[in-house]
Amino acid sequence: MDLAYGAEYETFREEVKRFVNENKDKSPRQSGTGRPSDDQRKWQDLLIKNGYAARTIPSEYGGYGAEPDILKSRIIAEEFTKAALPLGLASQGVSMLVPTLLELGTEEQKKQWIEPTIRGEVVWCQGYSEPGSGSDLASLQTKATEDGDDFIINGQKIWTSTAQVSDMIFCLVRTEPDARKHEGISYLIFPMDTPGIEVRPLMTMTGYAEFNEVFFTDVRVPKNQIVAERGQGWFVANATLKHERGMLGDPNQAGTRLAAIIDLMHEETVSGERLIDNPLFRDRLVQLQARVSAMQFHGMRLLTASAKKEDPGIARLVVKLMGCELNHQLAALAIDALGELGVLYERSPHLRAGGRWQRSYMFDLGLIIGGGTAQIQKNIISERGLGMPREPKPARKEGVA
Amino acid sequence: MEFALSEEQRMLQDTVGRFLADASDLDIVRKAAEAHEAFSKTIWTGFAELGVAGILIPEEHGGLGLGMLEAALMSEMTGRHVAPIPFIGTAVMAPLALTLAGSDEQKAAWLPRLASGEIVAGVAVTETIGARDGAGVSSQGDVLSGSALFVIDGPGADLFVVADKEGALFLVDASAKGLERIDLTTIDLTRPVSELRFEGVTAERLPNGTPAVVQQMIDAGRTMIAADTLGAGQMMIEKAVDYAKERKQFGRVIGSFQAVKHLCAEMAAELEPCRSLVWYAAYAQDAIPEEGALMSCHAKAHLSEVGRFVARTSTEVHGGMGFTDLVGLHYWFKRIGLDRQLLGGPERVREEAARLQGWAA
Repeated sequence: MDLAYGAEYETFREEVKRFVNENKDKSPRQSGTGRPSDDQRKWQDLLIKNGYAARTIPSEYGGYGAEPDILKSRIIAEEFTKAALPLGLASQGVSMLVPTLLELGTEEQKKQWIEPTIRGEVVWCQGYSEPGSGSDLASLQTKATEDGDDFIINGQKIWTSTAQVSDMIFCLVRTEPDARKHEGISYLIFPMDTPGIEVRPLMTMTGYAEFNEVFFTDVRVPKNQIVAERGQGWFVANATLKHERGMLGDPNQAGTRLAAIIDLMHEETVSGERLIDNPLFRDRLVQLQARVSAMQFHGMRLLTASAKKEDPGIARLVVKLMGCELNHQLAALAIDALGELGVLYERSPHLRAGGRWQRSYMFDLGLIIGGGTAQIQKNIISERGLGMPREPKPARKEGVA
Repeated sequence: MEFALSEEQRMLQDTVGRFLADASDLDIVRKAAEAHEAFSKTIWTGFAELGVAGILIPEEHGGLGLGMLEAALMSEMTGRHVAPIPFIGTAVMAPLALTLAGSDEQKAAWLPRLASGEIVAGVAVTETIGARDGAGVSSQGDVLSGSALFVIDGPGADLFVVADKEGALFLVDASAKGLERIDLTTIDLTRPVSELRFEGVTAERLPNGTPAVVQQMIDAGRTMIAADTLGAGQMMIEKAVDYAKERKQFGRVIGSFQAVKHLCAEMAAELEPCRSLVWYAAYAQDAIPEEGALMSCHAKAHLSEVGRFVARTSTEVHGGMGFTDLVGLHYWFKRIGLDRQLLGGPERVREEAARLQGWAA
């Protein structure tokens, strides 16, 4: 254990701090649509130029081209968060497609797509889940049939964030209907303005349409717009799903949320008594504070393991489950502490924090379900982490396909 | 930045873990417990021979001179193997009291004997946290009166470290005139505790004893108890998983039922981040003293809650067998049960955490 970063890193931290101080006023406004504003793109360019975004993407593809150094990445995140400055874009294109192309794309694909993606010029959405294929993603049915040099795609995707503002989609489709379910899938990339694509916003319980449904009717995609080989799509997708699960349940988010609740409990009063002076709410606050600390230290432990290229085993598998639940519980405490005020929503008089606690509480439930449900996470933890047997498949009846 | 155990720390933990796996196996624990032994002399002697009774004691006094993190790794192993040995009082809290508050003569007289495992020291500080049944020790000069409850490592102790109501610290010889020791029976027969009654007992004052030192002893003790629960909980998870992989019902191992698997996953998911919390809390005692008290509270309270969940869930995974004496799972269940209440239950400890942050009066 040595929680000091050491001289090299402290020097780096000073550099980051200087940048943060000098550029505070350039902090962009968020577009709120999932498509970066001009401001955000300028900010992104500035970050890339200084090595604070797209840091490890090779410079030939428009990145900064630094060696991966997880501690430096963490220092950047820490200093930006402290100053409440937005970090580089973390869209699905940047966090999922770019790593996939770097690992498995052709040279041409890398040259064509990585730079405009990390600069926020090309926005991507992810076409994985389907109405009939959620937890059992590999059963997906959107099919791509051959027609000369093209695939013709028919089917439907769901839970597609930012589809309405995206230029491109990375999409899992079934190209080999006769192969076993994991081996018949291909990973295609194509423009969202291709004829035959229809996007319908999907309103959720929060009252916002955070997701979409995407319908494909005879969508024609050239066969060369595939990443890796035909039938390899499942393995391509899994190479990047692990990035997504690492993102969900981020303990820094819990830390920020906890700090906001501590402020709230000091500021809000009920019949003249501050919420922090109520022993029951205070007890819940301290319980969650211990959990947030545990998850933050847990994150440091995982960070060390990945810097040393060690497999942290079961420790990594529990993050999504525990992190998402913790965020949900934090929002629940804020709502309960606010009481009647905690249920106000939309533009109601007396609304607190723009209704963010209710929206978080509901949206977090979506995150507990999405990206591999809590129950799927428990299967993964018990099977891969604890070596427990899989649920046996029910015996097939004679004569039933 | 490195948030991990060093190679040396891992080796030390492995060595002691292997020793205890053998020396403190369930049959031996059961015999010691059923005989209501104060502690197992055989295990304690072997443990001390590894040098780890003196884990915190400076090398000049015959110890290993290691830190709280190493001590926590030992405590984790004693919890893992429900070892009936006096670790937390004798190897952690008493040496800390002597090191921080003792005179040079007192250190020279007692630390080497603690390091070698020759003597056992009971620690009486519970009333600093909360006094029940009118307990509490008063001093007039160096003469003590009153009583102390839940004295850690009390049965079998040769020496007691006693805090009075003002936060002064005293050494009391077990054979001192006017001292009566009454052993209390708790659910956990692997670590009995005592009541001490003082009727004009002449004690030896630790010259630098202050409420701050008593608090540091409590912080260390709480961190060790959290580590004990971590080890005991980890073992309960492993036992549940092993059992679920073997036990068959409805023609299949019960571990293939999601209802059972998910219980195991929940236990592991709850306990795994606790490991990081315990490491940090222990490390903070030495390296980040301004966080030491708060982190020991968090570790103690959080491990109490997770420990309780793991203890009952592992028992449920074992089904009827978990409820029997035959399997002996209850030794871990009860160890975790005692850990929860010693040096303050979670509600009390969380209130302290709130006070430390200025959130409560």
